[in-house]
Amino acid sequence: MNAPQTPHTLHFMPSAGFRARSKNVVENPFLRQSFRGAMDFLMSKRAAQFPDAEELESLRSLGERIRQYNLAKLPDLLLRLEDKLTGNGIQVHWAETPEEANEIILGICHKHSAKLMVKGKSMVSEEIELNHAAEAAGVGALESDMGEYIVQLANEKPSHIIMPAIHKTKEEIASLFAEKVEGVDYTDNVDALIQIGRTVLRQKFLEADIGLSGVNFAVAETGTLCLVENEGNGRMCTTAPPVHIAITGIEKIVEKLEHVPPLYSLLTRSATGQNISTYFNMISGPRKPGEKDGPGEVHLVLLDNGRSQAYADEQLRKTLQCIRCGACMNHCPVYTRIGGHAYGTTYPGPIGKIVSPHMLGLEATAGLVTASSLCGACGEVCPVKIPIPDLLVRLREEAFSEPKANPAMRGQGAGHNGLISNIWRGWAMVYRSPTMYRAVSWLTSRFNWLTPSKQGAWTSVRVPLKPAPKRLRDMLAERR
Amino acid sequence: MSARDRILAKLRANSPSTAGELPDVASWYAGHRPVESAADKAQRFRHFIELAHAEVYRVSRDGWLQKLWEVLSARHIDKLLVSRDTPHGERALAELPQSGIACQAYTQAIESWKAELFHHIPASLTGARGAIAETGTLILWPDEREPRLMSLVPPLHIVLLDASRIHNTFYEAMTTEGWQDGLPTNALLISGPSKTADIQQTLAYGAHGPKELVVLMIEEDLQ
Repeated sequence: MNAPQTPHTLHFMPSAGFRARSKNVVENPFLRQSFRGAMDFLMSKRAAQFPDAEELESLRSLGERIRQYNLAKLPDLLLRLEDKLTGNGIQVHWAETPEEANEIILGICHKHSAKLMVKGKSMVSEEIELNHAAEAAGVGALESDMGEYIVQLANEKPSHIIMPAIHKTKEEIASLFAEKVEGVDYTDNVDALIQIGRTVLRQKFLEADIGLSGVNFAVAETGTLCLVENEGNGRMCTTAPPVHIAITGIEKIVEKLEHVPPLYSLLTRSATGQNISTYFNMISGPRKPGEKDGPGEVHLVLLDNGRSQAYADEQLRKTLQCIRCGACMNHCPVYTRIGGHAYGTTYPGPIGKIVSPHMLGLEATAGLVTASSLCGACGEVCPVKIPIPDLLVRLREEAFSEPKANPAMRGQGAGHNGLISNIWRGWAMVYRSPTMYRAVSWLTSRFNWLTPSKQGAWTSVRVPLKPAPKRLRDMLAERR
Repeated sequence: MSARDRILAKLRANSPSTAGELPDVASWYAGHRPVESAADKAQRFRHFIELAHAEVYRVSRDGWLQKLWEVLSARHIDKLLVSRDTPHGERALAELPQSGIACQAYTQAIESWKAELFHHIPASLTGARGAIAETGTLILWPDEREPRLMSLVPPLHIVLLDASRIHNTFYEAMTTEGWQDGLPTNALLISGPSKTADIQQTLAYGAHGPKELVVLMIEEDLQ
């Protein structure tokens, strides 16, 4: 086992303070309504795409099988992908950390004296906080997905991995545009707002020196990067500027092209309830001699950032099956109530809770894994059958068990509390011995008046817990 | 050690010993959808792409240019971007100008006329390599003759599709055509005009790509 590394920290939003941020959202009726409405909408759209329960089940099983097969061969497939992409003329870079990934991307920007980079939607670029790093390096990074553009204008982060601006009402967006976009008057007509975004961003696609995108599937057999989108901004970013840089996590790889159709179908139907997205963009190389457009240079950055830690453990490896559809957050009772920003991580919701500990360490994320009722909805809707509730239980164990000498997980035992674990140890002792159980239960009922009236978080919204004056066994004895 | 070697070493140290058998994608698709006649596939394609807000017109092998002219005139568009060296592009170049529509061929590398393409080309005509019935999807393989931006930048994109080239599923399209043996620099699936629902889940068309997608579908000699 390798020594755990220093965990990455997000600059933009501290992961601490989860409890306080959740409380703020829960107390805001407008945000609550926004999320409730949006999640209900997305859940019913998804349900309408899967009318046949048997088809859904068999397709999910196939999706799971494909992801597990490809993860099992991951190191070999990465090499094959690198080989094939290189042969196709795409330059491959490897980054262990977000800092390395930023360095690679900004290095390419500097080589081309780039002033402006237009970005298609990429959660991995959020994960490495590329915009932050680009700004510091004097390169303009402009989001071009409508939702991302709105969120960037507002100086916020996405609150959902598929619908970044889901927390905003059209009135808020109307005010934002009127305030931040030059020459725009207030309008809350959605079509008009989209046309404003279109006009501004068209000019930027035309001017940009670099286009950046994520990757939905990387195909090893053909050396192809696949992108899924509706707006056409992804195609703009990967086609109009002279240089295209794609960034992806190392797990998004499939061996065979035929693995793509089932996963793609699961992705769009689970994510937004569409039978297919408007565009599926397959890129297998830069512009060839004779071709009249397309970038002259294409780069791929492969990012680890904690994924290899998840990979090392057979159970936790299942985390990497994820195809980032967001269905788990749409169906999560916790996400629906607190929204995406409360988590303080790039990936919110159930998938965020199981993937973020590998990226940020359990020190920063121990609280997240407890924020679940384990209702099981996330596991039930996951298109590739990630057992999210089981993984949450496992991560709770990792976070709250006694710290070990050489932990496999960064931050193992970070949430450990000596007092609490001693209380549980005592509890286990009492419950194992009938004599002790009888003695302790007699004492607690006899001295129940000693229980404090203030019991921490419990009594902040509830009446205090008090042992009953009579034990069950005493009451049963009286009835005999 | 480089980042590459470190990542690979970490993964290799913990890889499972076997990946098991190759997932059987073929047998899932074999039971997925019954084989349909070409006419049924055309019907299904049309149904789904219309749901996605595209317009579809049934045309004949000789008469499509007339429909193209109607589509353009109805929108008062008098300029069309076409390809040279494709049969449909050549035909448009030869015949449309007489009907008052100026045709411009995409013959220059984009660098020399990028701003013009972005600001002054209202419509384009391309062919489609094929289509997919199940999802109402056009398959385009841009090349030297019909470059990538033709199907993306102009606000109106018109596509000529031969209905005999419609496949049942995406899987069927890629396996019967042998895509795994080699893909072009860019291959595209297009299932409607550009759209977004990023503002309060309200669907709006014409986000960044074409605002309108029109399919001229040649439905002749279908079995």
